Amino acid sequence: MNYFFQKFGRILVIWLPLGWLLLFFMFPLVEMINVSFSEARRAVPPYIPAFQIGSGGFTFSPVLDNYLLIYEYWEDYLWPAINSIRLAFFSTLYCLLFAYPMAWWIARSNKSIQHILLILVLMPFWTSSLLRMYALIGLLNPNGFINDVLIWAGITVTPIQMMQTDFSIYSGMILTYLPLMILPLYASLVRLDVSIIEAAADLGAKKWDIFRTIVLPLSIPGIVAGSLLVFIPAVGEFVIPALLGGPEQLMLGKVIWTEFFRNRDWPVAAAIAIILIAIIILPIVYARYQDRERIS
Amino acid sequence: MRRDVPLLIKALGIAGFGILYIPVMIMIIYSFNSSKLVAVWAGFSTKWYKELWTDDILLTALYKSLLIGVSSATISTVFGLLIAIAFVRFSVFKGRLILSLVASAPLVMPEAVTGLSMLLLFIAMEISFGWPSGRGVDTIMIAHATFGMCFAAVVIQTRLRDMDKYLEEAARDLGGRQPFVFLSITLPLILPSIIAAWLLSFTLSFDDLVIASFVSGPGSSTLPIVIFSKIRLGVSPEINAIATLMILTISILVLFGSILVLKREDKK
Repeated sequence: MNYFFQKFGRILVIWLPLGWLLLFFMFPLVEMINVSFSEARRAVPPYIPAFQIGSGGFTFSPVLDNYLLIYEYWEDYLWPAINSIRLAFFSTLYCLLFAYPMAWWIARSNKSIQHILLILVLMPFWTSSLLRMYALIGLLNPNGFINDVLIWAGITVTPIQMMQTDFSIYSGMILTYLPLMILPLYASLVRLDVSIIEAAADLGAKKWDIFRTIVLPLSIPGIVAGSLLVFIPAVGEFVIPALLGGPEQLMLGKVIWTEFFRNRDWPVAAAIAIILIAIIILPIVYARYQDRERIS
Repeated sequence: MRRDVPLLIKALGIAGFGILYIPVMIMIIYSFNSSKLVAVWAGFSTKWYKELWTDDILLTALYKSLLIGVSSATISTVFGLLIAIAFVRFSVFKGRLILSLVASAPLVMPEAVTGLSMLLLFIAMEISFGWPSGRGVDTIMIAHATFGMCFAAVVIQTRLRDMDKYLEEAARDLGGRQPFVFLSITLPLILPSIIAAWLLSFTLSFDDLVIASFVSGPGSSTLPIVIFSKIRLGVSPEINAIATLMILTISILVLFGSILVLKREDKK
């Protein structure tokens, strides 16, 4: 009897969450692939499913129209894709530059300061990105805080255009994703054995050489982890390009939104979403591959 | 411990924290500005906060966001706990690979993709079985619970793995039955991580704009959806006030949660 309950409980523990995630995460992705091969129409819902089981029995009629459409108007979709990769890449780089000294500082502080600094890193991470982007708009607007100060100080006469530029996107990305870069960097730096650094210093190594030949190579796992954590969500970002970017900073996340809500072309939105997933899978697979190389 | 952090690194570090905090701080200051013009300081006032309480659309949205946040966070925490138990306590089981895949993929999926795919499923389900009829609070709740449980699982898993297993074994050796051992030994030990997981899922749900926009129906706008449509019209002192309230609330929750977790870590 007891054994039966244990066995039954075990199955429940595994299958409750697994069933939920299969139903509400896996199935939707399958359905999205289905819709991306469907024909668009002006009705509710605005597509004819490529695969369906209904009153007409089982039908399967995939169309490549949506992917061909993306291919035909490739300029409209290719630039947002390139933009997504470019803006996410440089955002990751800038986050790394800002995060490294911060992570080093936290890792080398004593326990109580370390805790305060860690909480200071975590707090903005949990507060809504939407609201922080809104706060940033208040700073960067033509009549925003920074321009006010610059005009008041006599540095510029006319407001500097900061909104709807790459600069505003990078500011937003750093503000949103900096904590995600700091935490793994901190984790790898705090484990670093100080005696190696001391030994190098005792043997007369310069600070820069110690950093270049010891600290940096040993923190590579943290750099890789942090870069993935920033790059992956940054590629699919919607809020930042929607609020801070202009037409030059169009990204795939926003294109999906526009196709879906404004053009009501759901099959094309689904097809773009699949392209976006492909862009995200590449760095993950690459990182996995690198990991395996390092272990072996 | 070592306090040999060079001054330059400290200065760069402070600059980094400045980037994280200055925009929000300036916004908080301007939420107390009595002028309607955002950039002009015209004296201290709390009138924008008072005005929030008369804005019915905001209050309805707040109520919906809280409802969705609390219910989805609760589901997320329970299911996250189950996932954590499965990974940490069951060494080998059928479906381990698929569970680890579906429990980690939502962590990296762009919100627009998750939102769109879930909406498409809800519509396909409605056509096939008539449920869910239309979209609203329930569909947002399901969507939030789905990605929330993956984050909750990560948080609880870390703690469960670090936990001293011998305490459980001792309790079992002394004749404690499995459910009793779990409730009286395991659960209290991992309680901080469960609270942290709940807070995390709640804030993720409470802050979510993109997924909620896709799976919401007419009349089920959450607070971020309402705020987003207001932001599109421009910067205004009312949004400063509501944003200040939201950020302060979440910050206090996070402060509370991180103190819980860090204190536990210190005891080890």
